Amino acid sequence: MAQARSRKRRIGMQIAEHSTGIIASLLFLAPIVWTVLSAFKPAQESRQPPLPPWPTTGFSVENYATLNTFGDGLWLPAQNSIYVSVMTVVLSVIVSVLAGYGFSRFRFPLKNLLFVLILSTIMIPFQSILTPIFLVLTKIGLHNTLTGLVCVYVTLQLPFSIFMMRNAFDAVPREIEEAARMDGANNVTMLLRVMLPLVWPGIVTIALFAFLGAWNEFLAALVLMTDQSKFTLPIMMTALQSGRFGAIDWGAVQAGVTVMMVPCLVLFLLLQRFYIRGLMAGAVK
Amino acid sequence: MTSIAALSTPTRRKLVGAGRRQWIGLLYVAPAVALVVVFFIVPLCMTAWMSLHNWPLMGAHSFIGLDNYWAILRDTRFWNALRFTGYYTVVVTIAIFAVAFPLALFIERPRPLTGFYRTSFFMPAVIGFASASLLWSWLLNVDSGLFSPAAFELGLTEKKVNLLATFQPAFWSIIAMVVWKVAGFTMIILMTGLQSIPPDLQEAAMIDGAGPLARFRAITLPLMRRTLALALILSVAGSVLAFDQFYIILRGGPRNQTLTAVYWIFNQSFVSFKLGYGAALSMILLVILVALSLIQLRLLRQPEGVD
Repeated sequence: MAQARSRKRRIGMQIAEHSTGIIASLLFLAPIVWTVLSAFKPAQESRQPPLPPWPTTGFSVENYATLNTFGDGLWLPAQNSIYVSVMTVVLSVIVSVLAGYGFSRFRFPLKNLLFVLILSTIMIPFQSILTPIFLVLTKIGLHNTLTGLVCVYVTLQLPFSIFMMRNAFDAVPREIEEAARMDGANNVTMLLRVMLPLVWPGIVTIALFAFLGAWNEFLAALVLMTDQSKFTLPIMMTALQSGRFGAIDWGAVQAGVTVMMVPCLVLFLLLQRFYIRGLMAGAVK
Repeated sequence: MTSIAALSTPTRRKLVGAGRRQWIGLLYVAPAVALVVVFFIVPLCMTAWMSLHNWPLMGAHSFIGLDNYWAILRDTRFWNALRFTGYYTVVVTIAIFAVAFPLALFIERPRPLTGFYRTSFFMPAVIGFASASLLWSWLLNVDSGLFSPAAFELGLTEKKVNLLATFQPAFWSIIAMVVWKVAGFTMIILMTGLQSIPPDLQEAAMIDGAGPLARFRAITLPLMRRTLALALILSVAGSVLAFDQFYIILRGGPRNQTLTAVYWIFNQSFVSFKLGYGAALSMILLVILVALSLIQLRLLRQPEGVD
């Protein structure tokens, strides 16, 4: 009797817990799902409030077509965003793998000072040094170029990614290196053939953070990219949403937001454990 | 390099190769150091230097000493922006923790579907602030959005209310949006703290007859003090630097009531092109953030555990 009652109570608890969990999950997912679904409404329907969120008068990609007619179209800013993000990933991985290896495996003058210098930049908000960055980029001829923006993004990634990579290299046992050196590996082969396969989870983590950081960054791109042909997606979409290209087309905004969100969501779902790993590493240290 | 490999005994190799090989480390870190110097240290020094100048975008700049700083003292709009930023930071941080802590407790215990819950709560955290702001600017729109029309359809309001027209609803809309976007992130940080608490401690307390609330206060909170400090500082630093959502959703309105500190600096530097004055404002912001970071270091240095 008593056993049956306590089992009933446990099941009741579980139902309550899972209903809470499902309702909370829906609240967090709703705005994303709402946008992605609404973006597929025909233009006429998009002007109405999104009730219900799914298209009721037929499925359509009209909003994406409309989005493509504003300013320089959808493809150019998308290309700019892809270029900036991919270059940021490639460069920040190369620079931080080299630096992480250097800081982990060599003793050289000023080593600790340089390491602390790089890490301490995380304390200083880049928002407060944007004007001089603008002037520096002008000075070295990278003003209003995507490459200049990439340089800024890579620099912003460095404290986190160098810290991650140094820890990753520190975790590789010295014996492996000694053995490889006995076999005649020089520094470069050592790094590429022996070390890289052992630290690749760290590399995936910093690549993921670099991509999301560059893809989503707003203020620096807004300030540094003054030419419309250099706009990244967030800047182009904000220009559209502010009515810079005439009346605001909310259907086009939904389509644009979908284009901006989907790569982040897909990458996160594929590489979730690397993302959480990065967060944990940052939180524990 | 072949010469190093050719030497047979490890001791001799160390003697001959070690010195030079160690110096090569500098080459490995050189690109990183160069980037940080050119795009961080130099701009940082320039900010300090520019703040002592009258520096228009075009034309010559002139040294004016501390005049920019004296001007800041009289700049009531900057102090209003700073006060608003402080108010926003306090409110949003409390709101984020009020949502993130229960979520962290909820997903920390393993049960079926935990992975699904955790992923859903976290999804908004990976999309950018700009995307989230654009998304919510649509949801908050009075004609084509979701909230006002839905409230009207449900009969909650007599007509469609423009949520962004007056301060209170506009401000709380932003809070709701930021909590939605950031709570999952804070939740994961808090979860790492919860998971670092040894389970036998909780069990021992349970055997001793401590209720859930007593266990939470006596074990959970003190043992995750460092994690709490980290989550707190991340939330505070992020909120003090808030810009995207106020720029995209509210454009600083209604009636310039939601201009944040970064927004004001942005306006002075890149709309009015008073670069020197903007640099002086940036120095103030910088000092505030560095002070916050130093407090963070102090809080984090204290070892985790009961006093």
